[in-house]
Amino acid sequence: MAITDMSPGTPTGSPPGTNFAMGRYKRRKVGNTITMGLAVGAAVFGLLWLVWILAILLINGLSAISLGLFTQMTPPPGSAGGLLNAIFGSLVMTVLGMVIGTPIGIMAGTYLAEYGKGTKLAEVTRFINDILLSAPSIIVGLFIYTIVVVPMGHFSAWAGSISLAVLVIPVVVRTTEDMLNLVPGSLREAAAALGAPRWKVIVQVTYRAARSGIMTGILLAVARISGETAPLLFTALNNQFWSVNMNAPMANLPVTIFQFALSPYEDWQRLAWGGSLLITVAILALNIGARMLASIGTKKGQ
Amino acid sequence: MDMAVKASDISAESPRARTQRRNDLLFRSATLFFALLVLTLLGGVIISLIHGALPALKAFGFGFVTTEIWNPVTEKFGALAPIYGTLVTSVIAMLVGVPVSFGIAIFLTELCPAWAKRPIGIAVELLAGIPSIIYGIWGLFVFAPFLQKTVQPFLINTLGNVPGIGAWFKGPPYGIGVLTAGLILAIMILPFITSITRDVFETMPTMLRESAYGLGATTWEVVRDITIPYTRVGLVGGVMLGLGRALGETMAVTFVIGNSHHIASSLLAPGTTISAAIANEFTEAVGDTYTSSLIALGLVLFIITFIVLSLAKLMLVRMNRKAGT
Repeated sequence: MAITDMSPGTPTGSPPGTNFAMGRYKRRKVGNTITMGLAVGAAVFGLLWLVWILAILLINGLSAISLGLFTQMTPPPGSAGGLLNAIFGSLVMTVLGMVIGTPIGIMAGTYLAEYGKGTKLAEVTRFINDILLSAPSIIVGLFIYTIVVVPMGHFSAWAGSISLAVLVIPVVVRTTEDMLNLVPGSLREAAAALGAPRWKVIVQVTYRAARSGIMTGILLAVARISGETAPLLFTALNNQFWSVNMNAPMANLPVTIFQFALSPYEDWQRLAWGGSLLITVAILALNIGARMLASIGTKKGQ
Repeated sequence: MDMAVKASDISAESPRARTQRRNDLLFRSATLFFALLVLTLLGGVIISLIHGALPALKAFGFGFVTTEIWNPVTEKFGALAPIYGTLVTSVIAMLVGVPVSFGIAIFLTELCPAWAKRPIGIAVELLAGIPSIIYGIWGLFVFAPFLQKTVQPFLINTLGNVPGIGAWFKGPPYGIGVLTAGLILAIMILPFITSITRDVFETMPTMLRESAYGLGATTWEVVRDITIPYTRVGLVGGVMLGLGRALGETMAVTFVIGNSHHIASSLLAPGTTISAAIANEFTEAVGDTYTSSLIALGLVLFIITFIVLSLAKLMLVRMNRKAGT
């Protein structure tokens, strides 16, 4: 009689213990499938934004790209024009910001990695630097406004460059320190054993070994500041016209995009899209360049 | 004679050695000087903000952070609406952004085939490289109209009728507003939290994970019962770092929040945040009280982000110590 009970397909046939175990196993499997499905969904969701934003940017930006964009000044509403003065201003202030900020960052990073190791001062500086790295950039704008713009009495390209330099410093400090820490100590010891003084060891041996890493940091810093708008809003302000005067407000791409995009004029809005595409392409290229440089550096190190 | 010359060469310092010693001292002092400069930079930010905010704080006292009035004509200013907007947009950003970031990190560490790991990781980090003004222009021209036509009417017709939380989803679908700003912030903090979460997950000793798999745990059970408890402190640190970003984000929010110094009960209504108010009004502010009030807003933002970022940093340091042992 028991044999007929064991007929296939009847769930009552299996012992109760197995049944329970099978149910629990199934539940765990289903739970796993659901959550892992959500994780895959999250990844797709995340990439979707990147695709959506870049696609919109390409569609709107490409229609605005023309030769005139690079050869003409920002126009008054209703007439044709380009972004030449804004592109020029952005280049000038970015370069100046890098020129001011990079040496400061490299030197401070050198202190943290080479001289200050293990000291309280280095620990505090590192902490403060990390705070500066993530501090809202608009705060930096306010800071430069109060210490540069107010004493000078007017907005200026200098103030814009200095506020960009303040944003460069923490990025460069951080990468310089990290990269110098990766240089093996035996290299320094070998140089010291040959009688090289400390500063020569650092400048001629450690820096060279960490060169591609430090360059990566510098490229990332350029990428970071070339899209920054908030710190320029009330330091460099903006300028409708061509200006090479560092003591006067200077046109720049991000603030121009901000003003033109929020304006009701279609010509201006189209220029804003064109400028946005320019900035984004430049920044993505810098990011990818930095990444390639970093991977070359690690390959060489191996 | 020859011998004597050589001996003096060794005992007394040669001019060349002296030069090197001097150069060494110079180089060391220079690096120390710039390290101290980084320190004073933060001090300078704090002092300049306090100095700039003083007139407003004297005029309004503590009431500055508890009143909603923002009236440039009568020169009465209160920070409550921007503070409220900053906190609410950040909360929305965290509610949406954190689970998605964790999902992406889990996907990258546990599920993703090896060949796709790098490209997807890079793509997510490129999202972090896009400047905030691009998110702003996209948000204003594309995302806000999209929400206005699809998501917002849906929310109004469904959640808007639920008692209690219904008040958050009432009113006309403007497109721009607090909810839109919060969602854009969520997209912007995704890459930050994702990359930290992924790094933190990777500090897990492989042995622990593999032991759990060996006992027959499913992927989800390993993540839930082994990885997350083990990396908890680091995860919180990463989330806080994302929160710091969301609180201070300026341009993207300025484009889509609507700039209204009025606290509306609905999330679909326009509002403002601290950074958006500063970005919008600073260059147009006339009168010392107005400018000073905006700097005082900056001071409030700085204090909030300083606390959040410090906590984040402390947690990540604790995490790294644990990973080191």
